[in-house]
Amino acid sequence: MTAHDTPTPDAGGDGVGERAVGRYDLVIVGAGPAGLAAAGVAARAGLRVAVLDAGARIGGQYFRQLPEGFRAARPGALHHGFSRFVRLRDALGDADILLGHRVWAVERGPGGGFAVHCLEGREERARTVAAARLLIATGAHDRVLPFPGWDLPGVMTAGAAQALLKGNLVMAGRRVVVAGTGPFLLPVATSLAAAGATVAGVFEAGGRFALAPQALARPGKAAEALAYGYRLARHRVPYKGGRAVVAAHGDGELTHVTVAKVDADWRPYRGGQETIECDTLAVGYGFVPQLDLPAQLGCETSRDAAGGPVARVDRHMRTSVAGVYAAGETTGVGGADLAELEGVIAGRAVVADALGTPVAGDPADPRTEARRRRLAGFARALLRAYPVGDGWTSWLHDDTLICRCEEVPYGRVKEARDLGAADARSIKLLARPGMGWCQGRICGEAVARLAGEDPAPPRRPIAQPVSLGDLAAMDGRDEWKET
Amino acid sequence: MSGVGGSGPDGRVSGASTVRNGDEGGGMSGASPYRLVGARPEPGFEVRVDGRPVPVVPGQTVGAALHAAGIRTWRTTRFGDRRRGLFCGIGVCFDCLVTVNGVENLRACLTEARPGDEVTTS
Ligand SMILES: Cc1cc2nc3c(=O)[nH]c(=O)nc-3n(C[C@H](O)[C@H](O)[C@H](O)COP(=O)(O)OP(=O)(O)OC[C@H]3O[C@@H](n4cnc5c(N)ncnc54)[C@H](O)[C@@H]3O)c2cc1C
Ligand code: FES
Repeated sequence: MTAHDTPTPDAGGDGVGERAVGRYDLVIVGAGPAGLAAAGVAARAGLRVAVLDAGARIGGQYFRQLPEGFRAARPGALHHGFSRFVRLRDALGDADILLGHRVWAVERGPGGGFAVHCLEGREERARTVAAARLLIATGAHDRVLPFPGWDLPGVMTAGAAQALLKGNLVMAGRRVVVAGTGPFLLPVATSLAAAGATVAGVFEAGGRFALAPQALARPGKAAEALAYGYRLARHRVPYKGGRAVVAAHGDGELTHVTVAKVDADWRPYRGGQETIECDTLAVGYGFVPQLDLPAQLGCETSRDAAGGPVARVDRHMRTSVAGVYAAGETTGVGGADLAELEGVIAGRAVVADALGTPVAGDPADPRTEARRRRLAGFARALLRAYPVGDGWTSWLHDDTLICRCEEVPYGRVKEARDLGAADARSIKLLARPGMGWCQGRICGEAVARLAGEDPAPPRRPIAQPVSLGDLAAMDGRDEWKET
Repeated sequence: MSGVGGSGPDGRVSGASTVRNGDEGGGMSGASPYRLVGARPEPGFEVRVDGRPVPVVPGQTVGAALHAAGIRTWRTTRFGDRRRGLFCGIGVCFDCLVTVNGVENLRACLTEARPGDEVTTS
């Protein structure tokens, strides 16, 4: 792999006419398991590959790396399967790794290629990278649901707690409650406990053993679940199903949460509530794929098993737009193993398409397709085993914020509905949830569900905030405009 | 800005208590994130947050350094005066905005701290 500060082919922020000169065969957005796996495959086949990532280190969410400044003797201690990361990293070949590059827009160029617009570093230097083919491996972010007190300092996503620990060696808190739904709660709780936090409890809103039938069909997963269970027990962490954090409390900062016993739809039972002291709540209800870039390019989406939008791909990870591929969580949340495998498949498809040959499986690894089908099937089963129950809306009070950015309370959303706003779009226009800084990434799903809809794919013209100057500069560059 | 470690009634940080960065044990077990990974961090540096020194291990984000120092909120919302800090941790929610060296609206969770940074909160 090449350090990110080496000179690389670049269409240049102002590089009129340079485009054709320095074009990559493949530009990959996202250096997580999916992007890294694809980069290795394509680079080893001789393609000129660039991997762009907003982060300071490769690895993505699952393999988030510590800064070297920590001089960690056992960097793998915070990871499950660290050797896989080492293999991915060492297989990157000649791929250029462009870190600190935030991609805010992608466009089709006139010649069939793509312009990838980035902001580089803290100085936000505008830079455009040209690509013949594009792989979108931007991963996902935590799904969160509003509840009273969810915007108190001390409440954060489960992924944020992981990111603090894995990427900064900072514990989210000293006394932490982990809550939400899905198997991700377990690694979050066990790593916090191993790092010395007191985990006051793990509260799974769904069934604690919802996963069991699927896990039993996959011995590896059953063993993993048992291992987490064992570690929780060793740290004396209670793990309870059918329990949800329905309110967070504190005067300015979190001091305790209310945990309620909930039915299968997540409606609290009368009287089944307990109060738990904590300085931190790590909460997550699964993940939402980051689809801004495929949406900008007009890639078609489909629905996952829970009704959420995902990038639609064929068997070779090609999207509906020629030359654009997607892999990892963008095609459906399925975890790091599936992301890596999809990256391999995408890399092979890009190589075949670039050379104009049919996509052939690697003869040394004929089981890829079967393995993918198995992992994807398991991912679907997980989504079905841990659905978001409709009853979360019964946790809301009129003054509970739905949109954190524009500070829109539930009462205003209800008013908009009473005024006749029948869908998420009309609610948004009337009450303005999702119109702030995050562009509805955090509240979009909740607003859609409150409108009785499945969440729609994003329609954001830009994927990252950008200065008006950069926008104007891009507008003035006719050579990138679609023909 | 406020934190477990001493904030004034105006919401700004008061006092200049020495804060450590991350390597605090979890009580009786003696476990710590540093011990877990066998970290022996290279010499760190300080940034100033509303004038108060906050230690940083090279490579940490501004948000992580603040959080480790017990400073868990550093922004107040426009309408409801609600206090905010880290929420999504990966640049999605924009709760964690800070001003660094006069540059406004940087996401603290993404912005790597550099020696001499002057962080101001609102
Ligand atoms: C905060 C968080 C923490 C997680 N932690 C774990 C964990 O500890 N264990 C676990 O099993 N699963 C975890 N997950 C689930 C995770 O989604 C998968 O495990 C796995 O990392 C998915 O791989 P991926 O390659 O699809 O995407 P990711 O690993 O998410 O990689 C995507 C990469 O794309 C980059 N990116 C996204 N948008 C842009 C853009 N516009 N410009 C430039 N770069 C961009 C991101 O910086 C990121 O590095 C976590 C998810 C989140 C959101
Ligand atoms: S914590 Fe969400 S953007 Fe920084």
